[in-house]
Amino acid sequence: MSFFEKIAYIWQKYSATLFSGVGTTILLALVGTLMGLLIGILIGIVRTLPPSKNKFVNGLMKVVNFILAIYIEVFRGTPMMVQAMVIFYGYAKLTGIMLPVIASGLVIVSINTGAYMAEIVRGGIISIDKGQFEGAQSIGMSHWQLMFHVIIPQVLRNILPSVSNEFVINIKDTSVLNVIYVTELFFMAKLTASDTNMVLETYVIVSVMYLAMTFTVTRLLRLVERLLEGKNNYTIHGSQSDPRAEIKVTKEA
Amino acid sequence: MSEYVFEIKGLVKNFGKNEVLKGIDLSVKQGEVVSIIGASGSGKSTFLRCLNLLEQPTGGNILYHGECITDKSFNIRSYRTKVGMVFQQFNLFNNMTVLKNCMIGQQTVLKRSKEEAKANALKYLEKVGMAQFIDAKPRQLSGGQKQRVAIARSLAMDCEVILFDEPTSALDPEMVGEVLLVMKDLAESGLTMLVVTHEMQFAKDVSSRVIFMDNGVIAEDDKPEVIFDSPSNPRTREFLYRILNKDI
Repeated sequence: MSFFEKIAYIWQKYSATLFSGVGTTILLALVGTLMGLLIGILIGIVRTLPPSKNKFVNGLMKVVNFILAIYIEVFRGTPMMVQAMVIFYGYAKLTGIMLPVIASGLVIVSINTGAYMAEIVRGGIISIDKGQFEGAQSIGMSHWQLMFHVIIPQVLRNILPSVSNEFVINIKDTSVLNVIYVTELFFMAKLTASDTNMVLETYVIVSVMYLAMTFTVTRLLRLVERLLEGKNNYTIHGSQSDPRAEIKVTKEA
Repeated sequence: MSEYVFEIKGLVKNFGKNEVLKGIDLSVKQGEVVSIIGASGSGKSTFLRCLNLLEQPTGGNILYHGECITDKSFNIRSYRTKVGMVFQQFNLFNNMTVLKNCMIGQQTVLKRSKEEAKANALKYLEKVGMAQFIDAKPRQLSGGQKQRVAIARSLAMDCEVILFDEPTSALDPEMVGEVLLVMKDLAESGLTMLVVTHEMQFAKDVSSRVIFMDNGVIAEDDKPEVIFDSPSNPRTREFLYRILNKDI
């Protein structure tokens, strides 16, 4: 069989297997990125809380911040493959129960991404000028209200390129979860390659599949970015001579 | 209840070892318009920021209608809805339209319904002449327009006092007038105002009292005519001479 005949053969017999791997990979990357972002935002909000008047609350905050710092350092500082092994086998050893592999995969990707996102979100919050915090405080908004309504929406838009980065990294790096038998694309590729003994051809197909996923994701997130930017045009209601006039302004002032 | 909106006694604020406010005593009555002038570094802005608790005072007392605002049991958030603040850099919310900027505080802090908040916001945007621009985002407005929206944002909370922290200092010269005009209107409507400013003409024409701050203390506190025409403190005279380039 020629190279292309082999490709066609694999495509015919194993595309369903490989696509089920694609599905799992997308599930892991999507859930992991979203959960990671959520973890990052929560940590970002907690870490920017203003000091409380209550001494006990202040002490508690210090402990919480310390724990969060450890979490970030540990999960950024060790490979996800190692984390997967430790968590999967560690849980089994401690409780005697095997976690379902997909569930453990989702948890590992989420908390791993969360550690990176925490820093990305922190950078995003720092980049918002202090004045908007003060503006919100000056009308009586609480920390959570000002974060939720004013700061986080702007942070999300500013950090979207980094989130897109994380998403792409997750699509590729979830391949390490094959070590705990998560049936994502790389796991399925190994299966296919050993079944057919057509290693090169299998991985050529698989690399095209990875590329298709990452390309789609980056394009989609660019679209989201543009949507979040909002409209540049607005309407002025009423002119000097006619209170009912509507003047459409289409360019930024 | 006290006849004063603010009674400030011995207010001290240190940043590390740097003493910025060295004991400020001041009482402000309902409806007074107090201009605070002085050289940069004299503590004017820090004083104003202490009144809104954006800075925590190091010592002394600030009473608002007789209640100490640094007490643990004092409700700071509800206090801030009553005592608005207008900043040099406007500090509008960049992710919201003009209308939303004036509604969000009412909806989240005062728990007003959307309709009520909108009606109230429109009323005050009308008052500052920005009702036409409710759909614009801050980045699409000029400095003067932004500042007028910021004033409407405080007013929409139905505040009793507004603290102005150099409201016209970041504006292009041709936009200073429109903001001062709005402030003059507010002063005449009986709103209590404390204004840190370098606009001497405004201080002279609009305020009921002028305070000259020097080196962390109030050096002189009198009617505008007195401060501008016959100040008793030589430091006031020196400052006004430098600012206005004329002898008093």
